Amino acid sequence: MIPGAALILSCQLFGEALVHATGWPLPGPVLGMIALLLLLLGNDLLARPLDTGFVTGPADALLANLAFLFVPAGVGVVNRLDVLAAHWFGLAMALIASTLIGLVVTVLVFVGVSRLTTRGQAA
Amino acid sequence: MTDADFSLWVYLSRTPLLWLTVTLLAYLAADRISAALGRHPLANPMLIAVVIAAGVLFATGTPYRTYFEGAQFVHFLIGPATVALAVPLYRNRRTVLRAILPMGAALLAGSLAAMGSALLIADALGVPGPVLASLAPKSVTAGIAMGIAEGLGGDPALAAVLVILTGAIGAVTVTPLMNGMGMRDMRARGFAAGLAAHGLGTARAFHVDPVAGTFAGIAMALNALLSAILAPVVLRALL
Repeated sequence: MIPGAALILSCQLFGEALVHATGWPLPGPVLGMIALLLLLLGNDLLARPLDTGFVTGPADALLANLAFLFVPAGVGVVNRLDVLAAHWFGLAMALIASTLIGLVVTVLVFVGVSRLTTRGQAA
Repeated sequence: MTDADFSLWVYLSRTPLLWLTVTLLAYLAADRISAALGRHPLANPMLIAVVIAAGVLFATGTPYRTYFEGAQFVHFLIGPATVALAVPLYRNRRTVLRAILPMGAALLAGSLAAMGSALLIADALGVPGPVLASLAPKSVTAGIAMGIAEGLGGDPALAAVLVILTGAIGAVTVTPLMNGMGMRDMRARGFAAGLAAHGLGTARAFHVDPVAGTFAGIAMALNALLSAILAPVVLRALL
């Protein structure tokens, strides 16, 4: 578990350091994800000198409990009840409508472009 | 309470241990409740856990700052969990590569639609500017949305709350909505869930199907990248 955790944290540290050093408006953990992906792909290119189980185990454990990790941020609602109470109607409408619009637009564009491109390959 | 009880409480309530334990126990209880309700989409374990933990804070008069000193150890793991998304991405790399065009198009359209419609509706209903700045990154995973909101002159803590509410709405609605639309492409369903509802949508997608979960994770990561770039532009263009 410790080698896997060390690798995951090192990737995040690399991402955060890169963001701070360059001033790119990008999230450090996302760059860390790209770094870990490149390492896993690089391991393939080198005919897999490493068994990647040491990192996939901890990664799967983290992802299996993803929803739990958002509880502390969610409890922060107790600190912002005044803002939510003042604008509850506008915020509720905006959040509900925009989430449904986001879901529908994304899924329709994905399926539409997917059909177009597979038809192009077949032709 | 006697004086001895009170001093024990004062001691415990100031250590991270108490609030970390409360967070874990609240989630365990929430998960049991969700299971007892047959995993109904409305019985979201994260939402129930938030209600329980917030109830404990209210009942004990504990400030959120004190709570967060303990709970930050859980919150911190959102960053490593984002890095960990590389693993399902790697496992499904062939499926992902084949879907690169639909993903790019859906990312741009979905990200603009979610952010733009939220800002337009809230603005039309009289929500003021600083709150709109906190609303813009609402589909992005919490840690990153807080940074984006801060850069726009918004309130990071409010942004986190709006992000969680968005994630909860997405996690609750995505499965019935996609079934109702007759969508059977698990790649597209997952991608929509991760884009519109970040980690909570991704968690929901992993529950439904591993391929959906993988695409949700990719969408969440890509939308975090794109929103960091788009949010200042969209906010200025619309308001």
